[in-house]
Amino acid sequence: MKIPFSYSLRNLWTRRLTTTLTASGMALVVFVLAAILMLAQGLEKTLVETGSYDNVVVIRRSSVSEVQSAVERYQASIVETDPAVAIGDDGKRLFAKEILVLITLPKRGSNQPSNVAIRGISEESFRLRPQIKLLQGRMPRTGSAEIIAGVSVVKRFNGAEVGESLRFGMRDWTIVGVFDAGSTGFSSEIWGDADQLIQAFRRPVYSSLIFKLRDSAEFEIVRKRIENDPRLTLEAKRETQYYEEQSKMMAKFLRILGISLTVIFSLGAIIGAMITMYAAVANRIAEIGTLRALGFQRFSILIAFLMESLLLGLSGGLAGLICASLMQFVTISTVNFQTFSELEFAFSLNGEIIVTALSFSLLMGFVGGVLPAVRASRMNIVDALRES
Amino acid sequence: MENKAPIVEVRHVSKCYHRGSQIIPVLQDITFDIGDGEFLALMGPSGSGKSTLLNLIAGIDKVDAGTITVGGIDITTLSEMDLARWRSVNVGFIFQFYNLIPVLTAFENVELPLLLTSLSKAERRAHVEMALRVVNLLDRMDHYPKQLSGGQQQRVAIARAIVTDPTILVADEPTGDLDRVSTGEIMELMDTLNTESGKTIIMVTHDPRAARKAHHIRNLDKGVLDSDAHP
Ligand SMILES: Nc1ncnc2c1ncn2[C@@H]1O[C@H](COP(=O)(O)OP(=O)(O)OP(=O)(O)O)[C@@H](O)[C@H]1O
Ligand SMILES: [Mg+2]
Repeated sequence: MKIPFSYSLRNLWTRRLTTTLTASGMALVVFVLAAILMLAQGLEKTLVETGSYDNVVVIRRSSVSEVQSAVERYQASIVETDPAVAIGDDGKRLFAKEILVLITLPKRGSNQPSNVAIRGISEESFRLRPQIKLLQGRMPRTGSAEIIAGVSVVKRFNGAEVGESLRFGMRDWTIVGVFDAGSTGFSSEIWGDADQLIQAFRRPVYSSLIFKLRDSAEFEIVRKRIENDPRLTLEAKRETQYYEEQSKMMAKFLRILGISLTVIFSLGAIIGAMITMYAAVANRIAEIGTLRALGFQRFSILIAFLMESLLLGLSGGLAGLICASLMQFVTISTVNFQTFSELEFAFSLNGEIIVTALSFSLLMGFVGGVLPAVRASRMNIVDALRES
Repeated sequence: MENKAPIVEVRHVSKCYHRGSQIIPVLQDITFDIGDGEFLALMGPSGSGKSTLLNLIAGIDKVDAGTITVGGIDITTLSEMDLARWRSVNVGFIFQFYNLIPVLTAFENVELPLLLTSLSKAERRAHVEMALRVVNLLDRMDHYPKQLSGGQQQRVAIARAIVTDPTILVADEPTGDLDRVSTGEIMELMDTLNTESGKTIIMVTHDPRAARKAHHIRNLDKGVLDSDAHP
C-alpha cells in the first residue's frame, strides 16, 4: 500500500550535498541542545554523587546550603548524642562538625580570582566520605594550619600544589596533600581543621553537622526528632538529597537556557529543511504524477515526502548527538549558584538526553517537511504529468 | 476483430479547460467503442485533445459530461480513492518520457505497481521477472534508469505497465522521444503484446510509422472524432 521506505532514503542520498548542508544546520541545533542538557545532567550527577544515602546533613532551618547555615556548638552536642548516630568499630561516633567558608584564589592561566570552598573538617569527616582518596602527600594534622586540596582545585587554581602555602583568614596555610573525591563536588574543595578555621575566620559557629545513620531506615525518625526539638532550629536531610537540591536551580537554569536557545536556532534549521523539501517536491512533480497515475493515493505521497523530511531531521539529529557525545570527555568548571563556589564537572550523556535530542530532530524534520509534503499530495495528476 | 465486445465505451463525453475566465472546449460529445484486444491509434493535430481523451479513459482526469465504461465499470462515478485503486488494477501506463523513478532500479520500478496489491514478496519477484523477460531486459534488472538507453527505459516502462496484467494499456506518444531503431523495437513489442497476449492498447501518436502497427486509427480534430480508418 505504501511507497517503499528506500524511495525516501535514496532521494536524500541522490542529493547528498543539499542533504548534508540541511542536516548540518539541524545537527548544530541538536548539538547545542544535547550539550546543554548534558551540562545540566553532569552538574546534577556530580552533586548527587557527592552525597551518600546513609549520611545525614544537618543545617540551620531554611538555609539553602552550608554556606548560609550556622549551627551553634551546644546544638552540635545535642545532635551528636542522638541514638541514631552510627558508632564505628573503634567505639567512636561517626559524626563530624564542619564549617564551609569561601575564599578567592587566582585561577590558573587567567589569574582571575574565583571562589573556592574551604571545608573545615573534624576527625571523622574522612570516615564519612569513603570515596575520598589521598593522591599525594599526607593528611593534615588536627590543630595545625595544614590543609589538603582537591584535585580540581590544584588543576584550576594557582599555588595549590603540595608544599605551597595559601594565605587566607590572616594566616598562611600549608598544603600537605592532594585528594581525589572522584567526580564529586568535594574534588573542588580545600579541606583543613575545623577549629583552626573557626578561629581564623572568627566564626563561632559550625556550618553543618554530618553523621552516618546506625540504620538507614531510621532517617525519618531522627529527622523528626531533630526538627521538632525546640532547642534546635535545624533541619536534617539525607546527604544525597541535600546535594541534589543544590544542583536543582543551576540545572534548571541550564535546561531552560538550552531549550530556549534551541528553539530559536531551530527556526533557522526548520526553514532550511522546508526550502530543501519544497525544492525536492518541485524537482519531482512528474514523478509524483506518475506515482499517482500508477494508483498510489495522495496519502502515500504525503507519507513518502514526510518520511524523507523526518529522515533528514534524524540524520541531522544523529550527527549532532555524535558530536555532543564527544563532549563527555570534556570537563568544565563553573560557579554553582547555590554555594557561589567553583565546581568542576563533566558533560554527561544519558538515555533521556538521547531521546530528547532525537525527538527534537524528528520534530524539526516534521515541521519543515509537512507543508511541502502536503503540497506534493495535493497535486493534480494531469498537471503534474505535464511537467515531464 | 471488429466483432469483439467493447471493453471501453465512451458515451457523449465532453471536456473543457478553464484558463482564467476563458473556457476552452477540448472534447465535444465524443462517443465511440474500443473492442477487447484492439490496438487503437489516436492521431490528430497538436492540441486536438488526444492526450485529454486518453487521460479520461485512463481515469486520471474527470469528464465534464458523459460516461466512460471500462470493463463494465462506469469510471466517471468512482470517487478519487476508488479511481486510484481501479487504475492500479486496470490501467497500464506508458509515457512519452518513460517516467521511471530515477532512484529505483529497473526491478523496483516494475515492482512499484505490485506494491499496491496483496502479493507476497516472492510472488512479486516472479511477476517482475516475467514482465522483464517479456521486454527482454531481465539482465538489466539491477540497473538504474540513467544507466539505460531511452529505448531500454521505455521497455522497462512497458514491463511496469504490464506487470499487473491490466485491462487496458494506455500509451501517450510512446515513441515520441525515441530514435528510429528504438521506435521500431517498441512498436514491435507493443504489437507482440497485442497479438500474442491479447492486450487492449490505446496509443496516442504523431508518428504514422508507429500507427501502422495499430488495427485502427482514429483522428481527433478540434475535439471531434472522425470515423474509423484502417492503417
Ligand atoms: N490543464 C490544462 N489547462 C488548460 N488548458 C489545457 C490543460 N490541459 C490541456 N489543455 C488544452 O487542451 C487542449 C488539448 O490538449 P491535449 O494535451 O489533450 O492535446 P494533444 O492532442 O494531446 O496535443 P499534443 O499532440 O500536442 O500532445 C490544448 O489546447 C491544451 O492547451
Ligand atoms: Mg498530447
